[in-house]
Amino acid sequence: MYRYDQFDRSFVAARVAEFRDQVARRLSGELTEDQFKPLRLMNGVYLQLHAYMLRIAIPYGVLSSRQLRKLAHIGRVYDRSSGHFTTRQNLQFNWVRLADIPDILAELAEVEMHAIQTSGNCIRNVTADHFAGAAADETVDPRPYAELLRQWSSLHPEFTFLPRKFKLAVTGAAVDRAAIQVHDIGLEVKRNERGEIGFAVYVGGGQGRTPMIAKKLRDFLPERDLLAYCEAILRVYNLEGRRDNKYKARIKILVHEKGLEEIAASVEAEFAAQPVATAALGEAEIARIAAYFAPPRFAALPARSAVLEDAQTEDAALCRFVSRNVSAHKAPGYGVVTVSLKPIGGIPGDATSDQMDALADIAERWSFDELRVSHAQNIVLPHVRLDDLPQVHAALAAAGLATPNDGLVTDIIACPGLDYCALANARSIPVAQEISQRFADLDRQNAIGELKLKISGCINACGHHHVGHIGILGVDRQGEEFYQITLGGAEGADCAIGELVGPGFAADKITDAVETLVETYLKLRRDPGERFLDAYRRVGLGPFQEALYADA
Amino acid sequence: MAARKIKFDWVAATANDLKGGEAVFRRADGSWTRTVAEAELVPGGEAGAALLARAQADHAANRVVEPVLIAVDPATRRPLSLRERIRADGPTV
Repeated sequence: MYRYDQFDRSFVAARVAEFRDQVARRLSGELTEDQFKPLRLMNGVYLQLHAYMLRIAIPYGVLSSRQLRKLAHIGRVYDRSSGHFTTRQNLQFNWVRLADIPDILAELAEVEMHAIQTSGNCIRNVTADHFAGAAADETVDPRPYAELLRQWSSLHPEFTFLPRKFKLAVTGAAVDRAAIQVHDIGLEVKRNERGEIGFAVYVGGGQGRTPMIAKKLRDFLPERDLLAYCEAILRVYNLEGRRDNKYKARIKILVHEKGLEEIAASVEAEFAAQPVATAALGEAEIARIAAYFAPPRFAALPARSAVLEDAQTEDAALCRFVSRNVSAHKAPGYGVVTVSLKPIGGIPGDATSDQMDALADIAERWSFDELRVSHAQNIVLPHVRLDDLPQVHAALAAAGLATPNDGLVTDIIACPGLDYCALANARSIPVAQEISQRFADLDRQNAIGELKLKISGCINACGHHHVGHIGILGVDRQGEEFYQITLGGAEGADCAIGELVGPGFAADKITDAVETLVETYLKLRRDPGERFLDAYRRVGLGPFQEALYADA
Repeated sequence: MAARKIKFDWVAATANDLKGGEAVFRRADGSWTRTVAEAELVPGGEAGAALLARAQADHAANRVVEPVLIAVDPATRRPLSLRERIRADGPTV
């Protein structure tokens, strides 16, 4: 993974010192809240319903064991011994005190972390495929490009006061696990027929109150033009993006209002005007960054593991775990392990400090010291030997982290909702918990198969409900929590925005409604291989509406 | 509609504590408490506006952050809205 050089270290240290001074001046009264608020937001500090919240950047979701131990430590000392992993591969602490935050940032800097670009109208922390560098289906490792983008965008002076926040996502596989088409800029790293590296460039995707699927600007942007082209897009957006209305300020609105053709022309003109000599990425620089992401030294192993297969015959729980939470690795004899942070009835994305320490120990021992945070609010151990899976599974189970539900109906994405968030209109977590409990039976979950259920507590859509196979949006209806359901959303290469199924449901009826949808699907699917999403796309809303509103 | 009518009848001032960020409520003596039942309750209208002005003076004095008035049921001394009940009681999960 990327390691800070002297410049990075002094840059982050200076930033911590600067914020320490700003906090001191706020606490002494020298700075008013109006003066301080933009400064704290530039350092990831929000004021939520019950406390300050600190959002920590985890660049493209990559963590070392040392970093995760530090997060566990911060949780223990400054929070309530837990942290919350988010849909943008970051971590939030929900109970920190303002006076402690400079010390927390200083502790983070010790392990090459910070909270810059986790808030505000800037280019936010870049996200990427959480299986990067590990997945069997990967064409090109996206992490070096995510890191180049991170360095380019960090406090970029021209793009510090954009009309609105700006999010980039990068994938390097045909199966898009980074949801690139619902980002401001989505990049797919790929190779052309000559083996050269380039990018499919998508622009103008996003969720929130106006969900949009991104449009493709380039099918194959040459590797060297990555930063110059992104800069051209940002420059067009910075100049032409709306600043008169916060709700129309994202680039997706600009792309929608101007149309693809006009935006493409503006971007290409801006791109063409850039001096190639300074704007192009040099081979040496790409190689320098790529070297940080060289694959670990995988052992030469057979593709199948007799140790694992023997263990599975005697251990049904291991068998379930492997079939659900282990994905194909590019190196024979290895697997990619998804550690679910969705125990039955738990809070999606939450991990205790003890669990973080356990994960750090497991990664250090069995996954080359590496972990990932997924946008689905789970943790990934990217490089585990199949031979070691029985031990890894046992260690995860001992920490309460072996729930075998990756991609199943209880693997729910949920935002913090009205229990924590100052923007929310309705609670998300209790809805997720009740649905999780209703579908607790693993046999039933597996019989249902892949079903992505996503819950947001307001229209800002942090819970990604627009791209859930079943999406749930909490709204406030005359002081009561109500939940609207959308169906057929998807976030990958077959990206789609879910369709509203009909009138919403009261809090005590929403779990029943989800169960009705699932039972309807089970009755109408052609065979167990036809996933919920496939069946929905075949039959449309009709049968689901009939089942939900039959008595209405 | 009954709830809506009460909403404008009795109000308390709430804010977040500057140092810790906790939800706090203004007592009649000008101190701030984490217990909503201890908050000064006043009728909406002029008395409410005066309470808000006192709370805003505390904001200006850097004791609390962004005070607002919330509707409180005078019988139970509980906030009327779910959001404010969650702020007063903590997360429901």
